[in-house]
Amino acid sequence: MHLSTLWFLIDGIFWIGFFILEGFDFGVGMLHSFVAKDDTERRIAVNSIGPLWDGNEVWLIVAGAVIFAAFPGWYATMFSTFYLALVVVLLALLIRGVAFEYQRKIDDPRWRATFTWFLTIGSALIPLLVGVAFGDMLHGLPIDKAHNYTGNFFGLLTLYGLYTGVTMLVMCLLMGATYLALKTTGDYHDRMLRLAGTIGWVAAVVVWGFVTWTHLGLGNGFIPNPLEVLAVLAVIAAAWLANVKSDGWAFAAAAIAIVGVVGSLLAELYPRVMVSTTSAAYNLTVANTASPSYTLKVMTVVAVIFFPVVLVYQGWSYHVFRARLSAPRSGGAVPPVDDSNSPAPDLAPGTSTAVGP
Amino acid sequence: MSTDLARWQFATTSIYHFLFVPVTIGLSFLVALLQTTWYKNDNPTYKRLTKFFGTLLLINVAIGVVTGLVQEFEFGMNWSAYSREVGNIFGGPLAMEGLLAFFLESTFLGLWIFGWDRLSKKAHLTCIWLVAFATIISAAFIMAANSWMQHPVGYVLNAQHQPVLNNIFALFTSPEFLWSYVHVLLASLVTGSLVMLAVSAWQIRKKRDVDAFRRTATVSTIVLIPALILALFVGSELGVVEGTYQPMKIAAAEAQWNTCNSHCSFSALQIGGGTNDQNPTKILEIPSLLSLLATNHLNGQVQGINQLQAQYVKEYGPGNYVPNVFIQYWSMRVMAYLAAVMLLFSLWGAWLLRKHRLADSKWYLRIAPWAVAAPFLMNTAGWMLAENGRQPWIVQGLLKTVNGVSPNVTSAEIWISLIVFVLIYIVLGAADAFLMIHYGRKELGDGSDDEGGGTSGPPVDGSEYAHDSESDQSERVPALIY
Repeated sequence: MHLSTLWFLIDGIFWIGFFILEGFDFGVGMLHSFVAKDDTERRIAVNSIGPLWDGNEVWLIVAGAVIFAAFPGWYATMFSTFYLALVVVLLALLIRGVAFEYQRKIDDPRWRATFTWFLTIGSALIPLLVGVAFGDMLHGLPIDKAHNYTGNFFGLLTLYGLYTGVTMLVMCLLMGATYLALKTTGDYHDRMLRLAGTIGWVAAVVVWGFVTWTHLGLGNGFIPNPLEVLAVLAVIAAAWLANVKSDGWAFAAAAIAIVGVVGSLLAELYPRVMVSTTSAAYNLTVANTASPSYTLKVMTVVAVIFFPVVLVYQGWSYHVFRARLSAPRSGGAVPPVDDSNSPAPDLAPGTSTAVGP
Repeated sequence: MSTDLARWQFATTSIYHFLFVPVTIGLSFLVALLQTTWYKNDNPTYKRLTKFFGTLLLINVAIGVVTGLVQEFEFGMNWSAYSREVGNIFGGPLAMEGLLAFFLESTFLGLWIFGWDRLSKKAHLTCIWLVAFATIISAAFIMAANSWMQHPVGYVLNAQHQPVLNNIFALFTSPEFLWSYVHVLLASLVTGSLVMLAVSAWQIRKKRDVDAFRRTATVSTIVLIPALILALFVGSELGVVEGTYQPMKIAAAEAQWNTCNSHCSFSALQIGGGTNDQNPTKILEIPSLLSLLATNHLNGQVQGINQLQAQYVKEYGPGNYVPNVFIQYWSMRVMAYLAAVMLLFSLWGAWLLRKHRLADSKWYLRIAPWAVAAPFLMNTAGWMLAENGRQPWIVQGLLKTVNGVSPNVTSAEIWISLIVFVLIYIVLGAADAFLMIHYGRKELGDGSDDEGGGTSGPPVDGSEYAHDSESDQSERVPALIY
């Protein structure tokens, strides 16, 4: 395999990892304003991703930085093309990232409400707009010989791009609902599972539409590729598993569905990275945007050594925070401070605590 | 037009970003020191101090992290021609930063914030050290990338005259990188310790937990003095290094219009000056000092702006190769003079601490909270000196700034993004300043887990949240991160 193909694959892994890991963070961020019955439940929702969201967001940063280093031509065209959309993405990243830390710092309802909405809106905008950008890259945009986008902002709003954005948004909602079901107990848990079931069927329809459009709309004949089949089957499985109250498996199936959705888009794209509607000769491809082989070799060595290490310690942090969260026993009694051996509050009976299968 | 706008945007967002970066680097190291002391002597005072300053660290980190994203995106958005041209070199360190530093920093910061009662004391302490370590690795990659723009190394020009990386190690061993990296780390320690000192002095003046805050005043002074002295020394060496690779930068910083062959004098101040005034009134000229600063020799030669301009025209073709002289001259002096003032100030503090009179020195305690402005001014001035001095180049000698901008991005688009960023930065900056002051003035907590790793806040409806697990013990979640 050529090194540039390898790096397209690695970058794909980072994007898929980002959509899975930040996917449920975005989902929780979007949902927490609406599904929580009270402030306690809102706190539980945000606490469930509190220790993890920042590490998850690094997948996005690395996915972008890998494009910069391994495919500078792609990076240059992509970021200058989606200019105003990326301004909004950055705005969303700014307000959302700060909201996690600042939300509870001042005991004032208006302060808290402001950051709660920052978190909610930011969590919705990022997957939506990044999804639109991904759809556009495959759908094609007017790009000239020098690989510069020649359209304006409204030219970015292609129907396929918008639909891809909606697909990513719905998938993030599904990830978020199954994740919340996985991290809560009792009534909260049951409601989230029901919600996941409902979102799951919506997502199944949306994803089916996405793979059909991707496949037929782009003129690929009638034989679906395995990733597209996987996407549809996995999202149906997620909806079904949520309905039969298997939260861990439902979460896993939703994650696999993301692999299918993002993977099938990237697979259709390869060996191109951005399609030009002006002329197929102006397509950006893996070959014509990649860095020279020395850079790719250096990057390969670095990735081979350090990426597994990252997976180990990030996995460990998931292990540390694997437990479900629940409200304290009623009555509002404050448990004794500094006493981790105090009796357990109400444990939700019979629920699995495993993350994934 | 769009080049100027893109430069304004980069300057605005990167100066803003770098208000937070050195606090993160400096304060995470100091918080790790406090927690290590607690780990070793089990004195609860140090746990309380760790959480207190940990809160300030986290308030600051939140903005430092997200504003860094803007920087990374901006290369592709506003500087696509630059990214296309040199991404194979410049992008490498950025990708490595993500993989090696950001994952480490964010994962272990999460573990540290939420891990107070979920990890062993030792594992928890390791987390904050890994965070501190990650911040300095992160700085290494960014400084390697920046140093490459100042002094490109480790590349060859291919057939299309495009620079192509051929030696990654050169980026991390070039003198420009080594000296500027150490300089930035020292400046970060200075910044972090002055923040800690300012807060401690304010608390001591209010007679709150004087004994505890005297300890942090001592720790920060002990870090501050050597860091300042070394920063001055390293900064001056960096000047010599840059004098070799970027003589124009140094000539402009001294408003040295014509070459001076030896014993060149240094002007403490000047009236007038700037890019259009070659004969400013120089005040307090110190003989031979400029030669010493620029070359390490009293009789060293300092090249003049006019001679360098003529030389560059011959070398690179017609054009103006003179950076803004006013910015160069004064940013250098603001940085150096403030550093000297801070050194005197910190020596005064050390003397007071030694005599056990710090808590009674009204003036010192009154000035210290204001002294915290100095490192931010120095850091900003230092970056203006370094970046403005490189102009008109985006990569010294290889690519001009005007040739680096995105050809298809309109001025209107840059205006929109500039206004959006400035507005949101004002809002976030106000929130940050408000919280820093609010929490910096709070009374020292009791170090209980309510504070959730320094993420303390008022408990809502008096309840706590438990983390149920399969085991029979409930693990309490720091309730207040949200």
